[in-house]
Amino acid sequence: MHLDHSHDESTAVSADAHRPDGHRRALRIGLGGPVGSGKTATVAALCKELREELSLAVVTNDIYTREDAEFLLREAVLPPERITAVETGACPHTAIRDDISANLEAVEDLEDEIGPLDLILVESGGDNLTATFSKGLVDAQIFVIDVAGGDDIPRKGGPGVTTADLLVVNKTDLAPYVGSDLEGMAADAKAQRAELPVIFQSLRSDVGVGPVAAWARAQYAAWAASA
Amino acid sequence: MSQAALLVLADGRFPAGGHAHSGGAEEAVKAGRVTGAADLEEFCRGRLHTTGLVSAALAAAAALGLDPLELDEAADARTPSAALRVAGRRLGRQMMRAARSAWPDPSLDQLAAARPKGAHQPVVLGLAARAAGLGARDAAYCSAYECVSGPATATVRLLSLDPFDATGVLARLAPELDLVVREAAEAAQRAVADGVDELPAASAPLLEVGAEAHAGWPARLFAS
Repeated sequence: MHLDHSHDESTAVSADAHRPDGHRRALRIGLGGPVGSGKTATVAALCKELREELSLAVVTNDIYTREDAEFLLREAVLPPERITAVETGACPHTAIRDDISANLEAVEDLEDEIGPLDLILVESGGDNLTATFSKGLVDAQIFVIDVAGGDDIPRKGGPGVTTADLLVVNKTDLAPYVGSDLEGMAADAKAQRAELPVIFQSLRSDVGVGPVAAWARAQYAAWAASA
Repeated sequence: MSQAALLVLADGRFPAGGHAHSGGAEEAVKAGRVTGAADLEEFCRGRLHTTGLVSAALAAAAALGLDPLELDEAADARTPSAALRVAGRRLGRQMMRAARSAWPDPSLDQLAAARPKGAHQPVVLGLAARAAGLGARDAAYCSAYECVSGPATATVRLLSLDPFDATGVLARLAPELDLVVREAAEAAQRAVADGVDELPAASAPLLEVGAEAHAGWPARLFAS
């Protein structure tokens, strides 16, 4: 056995910043959050917003079907070869945190088959408030909750809300109808997250995904600059 | 070398992708062949003496140092279902990643380079056991146990089966597991002398047919 043996050309390991051929790999951003909070809709909007300026791909982690991948295909947000689905055996958090091997293979295959990519979005299957991405899989993660899922979620905290690099509070247009207190949510999020950013989003507004796209752009710029 | 490496390799939480596969249990549950702990035990028993024996022998042979590429072909020849060959190679690739991190070894690097999309999982498992300093019987134990523990844990999720009942099934199968491992290790020894045709080729046609059907489902919880 050679414990000091370095990994050779055929497979990069987890978080290595370079691909086996020596080129820098794509930035990987994870999107997690509860079922129905708008992860897939945010991914679709991000693709439409960023696809002209960045070479993009998406990995979905559906719990039960290929519906998320099929939604993205139907919406034609990216060419089909840039969207791939990972099956998670009833445990979406396992596939993004405890055993990331299938997702790593999906991102590596995308880069092998499409060529150099700038950004890969890895969307988790809808899960609970403790689901976070392994640092071996993504470089940064967005946690998406929505105002209709209960305005006490930021106060309850949990690893997704407290530690994600970006917290998105989605569907703000629904707040008046479900009686959610946006200011209270913002104050609770601030208390849980200190300086970490929070974006309130309504994909139906004119602003749409703009602020989240701007955050993703800044992540990519920092990633590119650190090469 | 540490015998405890066997525990690391056999751990259900070893990050090599197994959690997303049911070993045919999802199809068997939907078809009504597995409805509770008693059925699960019969399902696992059948799997152990067919797929399990073949996998364990392949793993043992790889651990003994037989040519992994030749074993990979032998695994192909023993897996009629195309869907299961795909699943086996996918799991082999995931096992390879985990093994190379846990027990870096040139033999793993060579197989990864020769089969970048994955060699069959039992072959990679056997090679990983060898890299970890484990023996043929150890590799066979890992493979045979995994072949029954995978469906058992999947069935807990699929049927909301009482987890104590599922674990009881595994405990009751343990003596048979010993027998299968012995048979697999002996076959691997013969293969060293007389070639890979000495390895068992037991087949479970219903698992193969079921895997083909399962692969075509539009909605499922497990990858296989």
